[in-house]
Amino acid sequence: MTRIKTLETRDLCASAKNGGCGECQTSCQSACKTSCVANQQCEN
Amino acid sequence: MVHQYKLNGCNIVLDSCSGSIHSVDEVAYDIIAMYKTSTADEIVSAMLEKYADRPDVTEEDVRQCIEDVASLEKADKLFTPDTFAPMAGVLKERSGDVVKALCLHVAHTCNLNCSYCFASQGKYHGERALMSFEVGKRALDFLIENSGSRRNLEVDFFGGEPLMNWQVVKDLVRYARSVEKERGKNFRFTLTTNGMLIDDDVIDFCNREMSNVVLSLDGRKEIHDALRVDHAGHGSYDRIVPKFKKLVEARGGTSYYMRGTFTHRNPDFTKDVFHMADLGFTELSMEPVVCAPDDPAALAPEDIEIVKEQYEILAKDMLRRKAEGHPITFYHYMIDLTGGPCIYKRISGCGSGTEYMAVTPWGDLYPCHQFVGEESYKLGDIWHGVTNKALREAFRACNAYARKECGDCWARLYCSGGCAANAYHASGSIQGVYEPGCELFRKRIECAIMMKVKEDEKTEEAAE
Repeated sequence: MTRIKTLETRDLCASAKNGGCGECQTSCQSACKTSCVANQQCEN
Repeated sequence: MVHQYKLNGCNIVLDSCSGSIHSVDEVAYDIIAMYKTSTADEIVSAMLEKYADRPDVTEEDVRQCIEDVASLEKADKLFTPDTFAPMAGVLKERSGDVVKALCLHVAHTCNLNCSYCFASQGKYHGERALMSFEVGKRALDFLIENSGSRRNLEVDFFGGEPLMNWQVVKDLVRYARSVEKERGKNFRFTLTTNGMLIDDDVIDFCNREMSNVVLSLDGRKEIHDALRVDHAGHGSYDRIVPKFKKLVEARGGTSYYMRGTFTHRNPDFTKDVFHMADLGFTELSMEPVVCAPDDPAALAPEDIEIVKEQYEILAKDMLRRKAEGHPITFYHYMIDLTGGPCIYKRISGCGSGTEYMAVTPWGDLYPCHQFVGEESYKLGDIWHGVTNKALREAFRACNAYARKECGDCWARLYCSGGCAANAYHASGSIQGVYEPGCELFRKRIECAIMMKVKEDEKTEEAAE
């Protein structure tokens, strides 16, 4: 029986190769203006 | 680094450095907890003893589960080593002196007199001032000139109350739109307002030009009106709620956030979130107050546990609302597991003081809106650029690996080391740590991931 279910997530190690474009929204421009990257989305 | 926690009937295992999330049963949960410190035989013995009354927990089954854990480790989805430290400064170094976002303080004045305002009623400890079109235009030119190859540029109209300088806001948007194509840029404008001056012109213009509007409402009338008062001391709730409803309806109910602040007066802030939902608003954000620890509004140590419990209550209620077909969103629970930020962004954080800056009405540059008025944190101005290069380097050095206190924190790749302004206001140093803020942040992430696990379960059930 399977006791472990792995959710689909972005592979952070792989993102070291294809990330870093810098186009994603600055988090402070979204909603909170305090407590500012968890809620950002990639725009690459 | 692995973080294990139980919440709302879920057993969750989070592998910080790969970003992997595992939903496991209690046997696997216990096996993973022992995996790095015990032999396979020791784990088998412990499991068979603990689950002696469970016919499904056999030696063969436990050994199979241990093998599954080993496979996940081999696949870099569990106990993934942290190899990211060497790239801690890479994104900011690679970005050079690129600026891609500005917080434009178009008004250092406000028509409300909120006692908890971090901006001292909009004046930022200085004189009342409105930004002229000329200063704003130069700020936009500064942004374009310093944005390098970045295409997406962001400008938030902020204050004080930006609607007190509304014509300048409109003129600046028109100017940016007139030059963005030829400069190869895409401006995204946002506006943060207390709502007092919203009229049909504001609604029409915002819904045409603002990619997001942030509307300040603290929730229940008695909570909102206790602190968000005009200069005569009268509460603002009854005046702004109808305007907010009209704006949101005209906007199609999307691309906005109702943004509340909770204080020592209402650590039971979910009542305020639910009140906003009852008013028909669905895009919600409630933030802990930012103020001096001795301010009467400041969250007290005994409030922290209450707030953490509130975050759990909110997450469970949001799942219920979604199941019943009338969902609400909460900013901090909006996590995209497959399309979230890359490792560079997760290490480097919000970009304050480097790619994100605040501009005062007279054109001075600060690392972000929360440093405006702190003279020692002035970076330069929009005519001469950043002249305090040492300060910019100090902010460039802020990242998930900059603080030794973050060394054993599983959440550091979600918070990137935390908010420099919160750290400064709590500890006197941007490299400091605001531990109560960390506690709340970790709880929010735990809740957000739990919601993802629950939603995944629902999807699986529907597919079966």
